[in-house]
Amino acid sequence: MFEIRIHSRGGQGGVTAARLLALAAFRDGKFATACPFYGAERRGAPVVSFVRIDDKPIKVYSQIRTPDLVVVLDTSVMDVVDVLQGLKDGGKVLLNATHGGDLKGHKTYVVDLTGIALKQNLVVAGSPILNTPVLGALAKIGIISPESAKISISEMFSDERNVRAAEAAYEELVE
Amino acid sequence: MLTIATGNKAVAAAVRQANPAVIAAYPITPQTEIVEQMAEYVTAGELKSRYIPVESEHSAMAACIGASITGVRTFTATSSHGLLYMHEMINWAAGARLPIVMANVNRALGPGWNVWAEHTDAFQERDTGWLQVFVSTVQEAYDATLMAFRIAEHNDVLLPVMVNLDGFTLSHIMQSLETVNPGDFIPPLHLPHAIDPAHPAGYGTLTGPDDYFKFRWDIERSMRDSVKVIRETEQDFADRFGRSYGMTEEYRCEDADVVVIAMGTLGKEAEVAIDLLRKEGIRAGSMRIRWLRPFPTLDLAGRDVVVIDRDYSFGFGGILAQSLKAKHRCEPYSVIAGLGGQEVTYDDIAGFIRDRKPGEEYWFGVKA
Amino acid sequence: MTEIPKEEYVLKCTSACAGCSSSLILRYVLKAAGPDTVLVIPACCTSVIQGIYPNTAMNVPIYNVAFAAAAACASGMSEAFQSAGKKTNVIVYAGDGGTVDIGIQALSGAFERKTDFLYICYDNEAYGNTGMQRSGSTPIGARTTTTPGGKTHSKKDLDGIVAAHDPPYMATACSAYPQDLFKKVQKALSIRGPKFLHILAPCPPGWRYSSEKTIEMGKLAVKSGMWILYEREYGKVTINGPSKAAMIKPVPVEDYISVQGRFKGISKEALESLKSQAERNAKRLSLEEKGIC
Repeated sequence: MFEIRIHSRGGQGGVTAARLLALAAFRDGKFATACPFYGAERRGAPVVSFVRIDDKPIKVYSQIRTPDLVVVLDTSVMDVVDVLQGLKDGGKVLLNATHGGDLKGHKTYVVDLTGIALKQNLVVAGSPILNTPVLGALAKIGIISPESAKISISEMFSDERNVRAAEAAYEELVE
Repeated sequence: MLTIATGNKAVAAAVRQANPAVIAAYPITPQTEIVEQMAEYVTAGELKSRYIPVESEHSAMAACIGASITGVRTFTATSSHGLLYMHEMINWAAGARLPIVMANVNRALGPGWNVWAEHTDAFQERDTGWLQVFVSTVQEAYDATLMAFRIAEHNDVLLPVMVNLDGFTLSHIMQSLETVNPGDFIPPLHLPHAIDPAHPAGYGTLTGPDDYFKFRWDIERSMRDSVKVIRETEQDFADRFGRSYGMTEEYRCEDADVVVIAMGTLGKEAEVAIDLLRKEGIRAGSMRIRWLRPFPTLDLAGRDVVVIDRDYSFGFGGILAQSLKAKHRCEPYSVIAGLGGQEVTYDDIAGFIRDRKPGEEYWFGVKA
Repeated sequence: MTEIPKEEYVLKCTSACAGCSSSLILRYVLKAAGPDTVLVIPACCTSVIQGIYPNTAMNVPIYNVAFAAAAACASGMSEAFQSAGKKTNVIVYAGDGGTVDIGIQALSGAFERKTDFLYICYDNEAYGNTGMQRSGSTPIGARTTTTPGGKTHSKKDLDGIVAAHDPPYMATACSAYPQDLFKKVQKALSIRGPKFLHILAPCPPGWRYSSEKTIEMGKLAVKSGMWILYEREYGKVTINGPSKAAMIKPVPVEDYISVQGRFKGISKEALESLKSQAERNAKRLSLEEKGIC
């Protein structure tokens, strides 16, 4: 079982990113679950959501304690949340950033999702959309197939710029 | 069709296919997504139901009662405080022998305000004459909702059915969902006592003890008969659509020396704990109670029993543990866990089984 | 005079008290409504009046439901009949406690949703079925078992509350004026949407007068201006004949009060309050009728 924890702030689409990822994994023919952790959720407050992907039915409902991959959609949460908590040895990190930092030796991927969203003019209510481009980055890392990433995005969103943003993230991801 | 959905959306998808004539709707977290989805179906013209946006849960159940007694299919959904607010009408619906189907998204009771999973809400309605099923996956939420209409409306039952799913843990999780074409799986509703102005009658009239007593016994007789109807319905569902669950879902129980008994998502997570213990050489099994009412008969003879209650009756104990103790004369290790959405992992459950102390009660995570 | 049908829907086997005006009211309500009607009854005197299972004194279906639930139950019933293409009248027949107190929320909800039904509150100004406890509808100064010294609060303005929902039709009536009552029920049922009738129902044991004086008591209520017969149709107020006459030449409120045991020993202040309320109501309705407010 592959476990992913997504860190973001309320309103940035972390929950939708989890759902898109689960849907893409599902379209790859795998079993997947996506669940948000519901706290007293407020716009702007740090939030986490979880995705599990496996080859057999998933019976686990409890939160992910030892993720294989941590996705950080907003690096400003790293000032208040230890995003590396419980990350497995050999676990990976995906940052929405222009450059990486010291992440205790964990393999780190970097992609400027915010810049990609702004370039595609993917902005809703003043906020760049991060949850569709991130699927491209996750495809590049190999969590899901690029085809399923596109299918998943198209199933939930009709605006084609979302797919284009994902394609850009796929291209621009760096280790 | 194979898709991915939340527990709430799965319930809504099943209700849409059951096509109720009247839906009464009042929002409450974490159920709201169900009534929102029903509103979308109705607004989009995909569902012809009359949608009554009532002003309270008490009125939601009252509206379902008023609609149901005319002989049409009805549905509502609620949670926690909403369920308790309609308590009076929940009793009325069963006493009036109305096959109303309701989804209850299990949530803790205040104070303090807590929106997360707990079963005490549904357990407080256990003596009302409703059939109650607890589900553990998105797929099961869908399947059980479809079956609920057929079971409730079966003329050997004619009692309301409550489909319970864990707040957030199941209501908001996304899992795969295979929807089916129900065809004639749910036959048209024939309510033998439907109101008919051509044949005037008094309903719920002042009733003396002798007749009242007969009516009560009649509810119990139908509750007992419902076991057969549930089995038949499950069998037909399995024949048509290839999935079955049973009154209680057993996992690796055949040779088990110890069984863990739980409900809802904890009952599903317990299966992972069982696999873990089996690897350690512990012959453990899991029984996930699905139907709280009618209460199941389990094969517990000669086994250690660990019961996880996500509920409590103050001054009495874990309600499931005490019920099993009374019915099966067993001495369970009674674990109280998961109240107010408390996180309980399969590792925790494996620990309960390893460290079991038959006859004792243990509050998980509370220092004595 | 309006021809009132001979058909009886309240059969001669009710368990009503002698001189009960509520069963009289229901008799005319059902004559006006006809056989394609369902009554929805919350806990109230009619719960008992209709008889004991397996008998029923009503020749229409009668659905009994919990105290607070009548209007909501009727909402569901009305929608279900509509979904089945039926035009059956759904009539809630509720007492004042089940309306102004415990049932007010469901009533408000059903009216806000523009439910197609008729809500009738028969008002005997207390919880009669349980032996006369005060309700929100009990007038100031009246003795009940829970206001043994006389009620210290005024009667709730139920009509004002209902009017705020802007129903297409609402009216008051009184058991002593059956022709007027009959016509109002007929008119209400000819209109789609939520309709409301508030009917004064004098109660011999509760108000403490002798049974044969029920009609007289209703007439006195109207003639003294303590009860005003009027209609509000799409917002437009019409004060009906008997109350028009009473406004020109009313009988003293004391004539109405003094014949009822419940007002025995009423304080001067309470009496003045009753009188000034009656005057205020008359003035307000007259102005509304003239379109001034």
